[in-house]
Amino acid sequence: MRLLPCGDAALLVELDALDDVMALHAHLRRRPPPGTLDLVPAARTLLVRVDGGTDLGDLAAHLRETTPEPLRPGDSGEVVEIAVRYEGVDLDDVGELTGLGAAGVVAAHTGQVWTVAFAGFSPGFGYLVGDGRLDVGRRPSPRTRVPAGSVALAGGYTGVYPSDSPGGWHLIGTTCARVWDVDRDPPALLSPGVRVRFVED
Amino acid sequence: MRELRVLATGPLTTVQDVGRPGLAHLGVSPSGAADRGALALANRLVGNPESAAGLEVTLGSLVVRARGDLLVALTGAPCPVDGPRDTGFGAPVHLGDGEELHLGTPDAGLRSYLAVRGGLVVAPVLGSRSTDLLSGLGPPVVAPGDELSVGGAPPASGLVDLAPARPPTSDVVALRVILGPRDDWLERASLDALLAEPWEVTGESNRVGARLAGPRLEWSRRRELASEGVVRGALQVPPSGQPVLFGPDHPVTGGYPVVAVVVDADLDLTAQVRPGQHLQFTPAPR
Repeated sequence: MRLLPCGDAALLVELDALDDVMALHAHLRRRPPPGTLDLVPAARTLLVRVDGGTDLGDLAAHLRETTPEPLRPGDSGEVVEIAVRYEGVDLDDVGELTGLGAAGVVAAHTGQVWTVAFAGFSPGFGYLVGDGRLDVGRRPSPRTRVPAGSVALAGGYTGVYPSDSPGGWHLIGTTCARVWDVDRDPPALLSPGVRVRFVED
Repeated sequence: MRELRVLATGPLTTVQDVGRPGLAHLGVSPSGAADRGALALANRLVGNPESAAGLEVTLGSLVVRARGDLLVALTGAPCPVDGPRDTGFGAPVHLGDGEELHLGTPDAGLRSYLAVRGGLVVAPVLGSRSTDLLSGLGPPVVAPGDELSVGGAPPASGLVDLAPARPPTSDVVALRVILGPRDDWLERASLDALLAEPWEVTGESNRVGARLAGPRLEWSRRRELASEGVVRGALQVPPSGQPVLFGPDHPVTGGYPVVAVVVDADLDLTAQVRPGQHLQFTPAPR
């Protein structure tokens, strides 16, 4: 664990692997350090933002003494099911890039439990990690508009576009599931730590 | 029924309160008043809790008309005010039914705040009435013709008559920064330049961030940085070498290195800097 300065009201915790980030985030979410305003997980880091005036030395000591229990697959709660129509415009491309073929991509996407690692890009956009079978890069050039509900792959992650937006991920399908609804509590279906199984609609 | 009827807005007027902290892990920016102290002061002047929503007026030119009797206060960038009586900044002012307030353009500073006793009661989104210009959360940008409902008066509390506040400057604004988390991504000479040279705030500036112009800052390495959480006040250096200073509606994560962060106590100063003005960054004592 490396603690990096991030102004006088936050620390950036850098970790070796995404699993470590997810474990630390899960731990601190249950037991937030004093003064915590926001915990922002990402691929290799967890940002801990605190109230102005919080002693960062105390926060650093608290974080160094934290030993999160490692996440074990399958040990936490329910699995959210998301129904997908696998007819995305990039499905065949992903089949070629992975060597699995279109049917193999669908089988791999539906045949595992994904976990939301972190969110970003836009409200409710969760980055889901799986077993690595569907690790494709981004498209060479992003699309100016990807419709809400598009199910996509890039950089080893899968995700569901919560709203119409530009996007550079490979589109493999669509879902009617509302992954983001500001009038719902919680507003995000895919918040960090949530486990997901995609099923063919 | 008490309302604030908007007749003109100037370049940009939004409803703001203390924002939406605690949702960044869902991709939601903190948002909220850019000059937190100015909105809090305006609220105190009219007896509101500091969490009440008011108007953030960018470069003045707001015209509003009272429907019902209102108590209002103006803070932040001082601008000439044409009102029914001697209306100044930093003092509560009574606006009778039908009376209007006309704001001119501030001589210095960028954002003025208008609080109304009872607060503005537009529908909250995720617990806040702030307009987030990046994600579109919260009420739409205020437009002429809007009728903004005013809440019931809070329990009587000691109203302040006058609150002196230091007016914004049109000179160079000194901001204290703490280097990191990715200061090691900059060439030594570029890091020195960041702290030595004045940085011009360009016209490409809004609540999301301010693009700065100055000497080109060079990365010392050319590898990919995985996106990571960022904060308001972060100075991010994209490949162009011209830094961006993040504002309240900043994206929650970023993929370019943040080389320094403005200290919390100086963030309100960043809210009052106009395009064309210069910033001088100095290392904060640790």
